[in-house]
Amino acid sequence: MKRLFLFIPLILFIAMAAFLGAGIGREDKEVLPSPLIGKPFPAFILQKVEDHQQLTQTDLQGKPMLVNVWATWCPTCKAEHEFLNTLAAKGIRIIGINYKDDEELAKEWLRDLGNPYEFNISDPKGKLGLELGVYGAPETFFVDGDGIIRAKHVGDLSEKVWLKYKPTFDKMTAQANSRAEEIQ
Amino acid sequence: MRIILLLLLSFSTLISHAVIDGHKYPFDNDVDEKRFSVLAEQLRCPKCQNQNLSDSDAPVAADLRDKVYELILEGENDEEIVDYLVARYGDFVRYNPPVQKNTFFLWFGPVLMGLIALIIIISITRSGKKTEPLSAQDLKRLADLKAARQNSEQKDK
Repeated sequence: MKRLFLFIPLILFIAMAAFLGAGIGREDKEVLPSPLIGKPFPAFILQKVEDHQQLTQTDLQGKPMLVNVWATWCPTCKAEHEFLNTLAAKGIRIIGINYKDDEELAKEWLRDLGNPYEFNISDPKGKLGLELGVYGAPETFFVDGDGIIRAKHVGDLSEKVWLKYKPTFDKMTAQANSRAEEIQ
Repeated sequence: MRIILLLLLSFSTLISHAVIDGHKYPFDNDVDEKRFSVLAEQLRCPKCQNQNLSDSDAPVAADLRDKVYELILEGENDEEIVDYLVARYGDFVRYNPPVQKNTFFLWFGPVLMGLIALIIIISITRSGKKTEPLSAQDLKRLADLKAARQNSEQKDK
């Protein structure tokens, strides 16, 4: 019996190694959890890239949407652009935040690569980006019909990434639809 | 003498660096300037997680430095400034994480480990000293042995 106690340090060591080892594999240093999930989209007053019309957070309501932070200086944004076009073609509402960018370059980019966005919010100083806790474009926020942020993805959107978020987005859509029926 | 001068010069780069930062963020009093440099050291750059705001060259770190500067000028206190950034970037921006459920092991893990070690050490040293009382059989054998020895000693005499 006493002999068995000698194994306690070994058992503790194995338990610790397993616990810490699992943590190493799981932690994704690139993706920080956002404190904004479940909170309303932050208030802002900015211009539309397309026609300089004034926009506020109330323009981000109604149909659930993706809010995509992008810039022409960001290579990963270029990589995901084609996939955004595919999503938009499927009827998914996407709104762009043109983050710390040159407006002319942005317009050119949309002409050349296609425009998946319903409209683009111009954020030349990165003020809205700071409110959203953006630390690297591209970032995509999933915003429901009430303007509440439900999820956030850092990095490019792709078919694989989209499948991960699709249940969240479908749920948002279902909620918005049932709400619309109630009103009718 | 030369060596001393060389050493002094090598340190001068550090000093000038701090001066450059000070010029970029001018304050009208020393207290705020000190607060700014302390905050920039205590807050972590979200993009490059092993650097604080004052060390990092990442654009987002510069944006956050500007914001901290702006908030100090607006008269916010240190706690309000940290809360402002935590509300947007999460607890990750703090180098000094708060005590909550998910940081329990971070804060108390070492103490817990120390306690476990202490318990093990105590139990091992205790168990070494412990002796079991002799059984009736053993006592009888001891008495016999003593008697036998006495007998043999008496014979020798």
